[in-house]
Amino acid sequence: MTSLALTDVVANYGGARVLGPLNLTLAHGERVALVGRSGAGKSTLLSIMQQHWQASGAALMPQELGLVPSLSVFHNVYMGGLARRPSWYNLASLVRPFRRDIDAITPLLERLGIADKCWAAAGELSGGQSQRVAAARAIYQQGDLLLADEPVSALDGPLAELVMAALTEAYPTAVLAMHDVELALRFTDRVVGIADGAIALDEPSRRLSVQDLLVLY
Amino acid sequence: MWRSATVRTSLGFVVLAIACVFVADFEISAHAPWAELGRLFLGLVQPDFEAVDYLGEAIVRTLAFAFVGVGLGAAAGLLLALVFRHLVVRTSCAFVRAIHELFWALIFLQFFGLHPLTGVLAIAIPYAGIFAKVYAEILDESDPSPSKVIPHGTGLVSALAYTRFSQAWPHLVTYTAYRLECGLRSSAVLGFVGMPTLGFYLESSFAQGQYATVGALLLLFYALIATLRLWARPRLLPFYLLAAPFLLGDGLPIRWQNVSRFFTEDIVPEPLRQGEGLAGLVPWLGDLLANEALPGIWNTLVLTQIALVATGLLTLALYPLVSHHFTGRHFTGRVRGALGHGVLVVMRSTPEYLLAFILLQLWGPSMLPAVVALAIHNGGIIGHLIGRRSNEVSLRPDAPRGIERYAFELTPRLYGPFLAFLFYRWEIIMRETAILGILGIATLGFYVDSAIQEIRFDRAMVLIVITALLNIGVDILARRLRNRLRLRHTAQSEP
Repeated sequence: MTSLALTDVVANYGGARVLGPLNLTLAHGERVALVGRSGAGKSTLLSIMQQHWQASGAALMPQELGLVPSLSVFHNVYMGGLARRPSWYNLASLVRPFRRDIDAITPLLERLGIADKCWAAAGELSGGQSQRVAAARAIYQQGDLLLADEPVSALDGPLAELVMAALTEAYPTAVLAMHDVELALRFTDRVVGIADGAIALDEPSRRLSVQDLLVLY
Repeated sequence: MWRSATVRTSLGFVVLAIACVFVADFEISAHAPWAELGRLFLGLVQPDFEAVDYLGEAIVRTLAFAFVGVGLGAAAGLLLALVFRHLVVRTSCAFVRAIHELFWALIFLQFFGLHPLTGVLAIAIPYAGIFAKVYAEILDESDPSPSKVIPHGTGLVSALAYTRFSQAWPHLVTYTAYRLECGLRSSAVLGFVGMPTLGFYLESSFAQGQYATVGALLLLFYALIATLRLWARPRLLPFYLLAAPFLLGDGLPIRWQNVSRFFTEDIVPEPLRQGEGLAGLVPWLGDLLANEALPGIWNTLVLTQIALVATGLLTLALYPLVSHHFTGRHFTGRVRGALGHGVLVVMRSTPEYLLAFILLQLWGPSMLPAVVALAIHNGGIIGHLIGRRSNEVSLRPDAPRGIERYAFELTPRLYGPFLAFLFYRWEIIMRETAILGILGIATLGFYVDSAIQEIRFDRAMVLIVITALLNIGVDILARRLRNRLRLRHTAQSEP
């Protein structure tokens, strides 16, 4: 895997510049929190990263989650592994899942506390449950890099920590857009603050406190 | 009220239809029309189920042709839906679906003869065009966001199956089930041109005056469609689809020299075949247009406009039968509602062609049986849909009752969807109007059928293409009107 670098990227929306030009390099094994007010450009930056790094094995967990409501939780998680299997195997799994995939996915669902929903349709789940399914899919994808937009926004307290721990354990290299500053500091190595479409802060997490980040909001 | 574009458009249609009535032929020429009708009703009340073999064969063949035809059409339509954005695909689909199943059957009969392939292709080809369009619309409506999270390197087939198709699956199934019901009707009607399905048995029973057998055939057909949900279970479908090709019957063998002769000689315009070249082609086409195409187009348009307005009026009169705002929600209301449903199910399950055939036997050839048949079938379909839509409306507790409720509360709210459905049926009514010509009413189908009887397939082909273009034209006009009146229309709302 080559180094992950963005050079002079910009984003325009309706003729107006909303992001950049900015430069950002991501080291392997580095977990970055993107923080900033809503509308500052975090999601835009994440989607640019996705376009640049998709082919380098980036797993995506967008804010709208991208679940297929008519498919079961199992199948939604299985979708993370579609690229690892031949098409005939994927089609057969759609009709009748294979034992070994069930055995691989069940512990993941158990860890995230949604094993009882394995065969429920994703469209019938609550917001928090859906978010955990999307997290499970990202983890099951076993990519080299995770790009997640507010991965625990619908979860509270211990559940948010549980999911953050699972995601960061599966992905040593990750970019996570977060509004919970305290969680961001605990689970990442580096914080990049975005304000008005530019990088306003770029520091190792251990040197920062919650108060340092409040200026961004 | 008179300033609303919707009302003015509707009035325009009514005035046009009234003008058409004056130039249309509505004479009842049969000697004792009501006595015939009475005998038919007697047949329905006292059906004769004695001839078990005969009835069983009619039903099995009707089912087999419907399953194979719709199955092939759905499979082809699904593949075409994936490439539907290409103009060539869109145009060819519009063209093949503008030609009625019976016209396809008449074409295939000329070279495959009475082989089962004729009936199967006659259903599969136009249905593929319809499936392609509606499947493409359904797939387009699915949420694109799951496609974004699909891992890089996933095969196209897997990605489509897990994102687009999985989301659209319930809608695809619902629509295909509805089309299966249409396929049963198409299959039954193919019997009238010689396929071994229900229409064939019905025609011969009529010819022999066996009204009790006619009654038994009709009742069996209604029972088949009314219980569709009970026996057409998703789990049983693969079994039906596998069995159906073996139940089509043998028919007559295909003579391949007929196939090549059809394409190299039969459909080549006569002057070209005889080496007269373009000089001979112009008068030939002129004669065809003046003596057959134009009268056919005129009669088709006149009949279509009358039938369209008759359908609309019947719909507006019938929807209260299935609306709980009129039937009431308590026990007696539910009974009344169920009865209303029964009436509409019978109306919409009867294919227009079959109904027109029966009425024509009773009243003799004129436009009247055609208008009545088209209005009953289409009024049953739209009445059912509008009634269902009316049940989604919630009225204030002190809303007026009876005729005031009909005129002030419900009809104004349902008028938009009503017109949308009616405009959608416009093209279908025209396609059916053209085809009813085969029964002897002087629409385009009459001239097509006569040309085929005279073994002048070149003329028949030109007339069929003209019919298709007319249908496409009406479809475009209906879409323009829907857009101008801002009537919402989605794939799933298509009746």
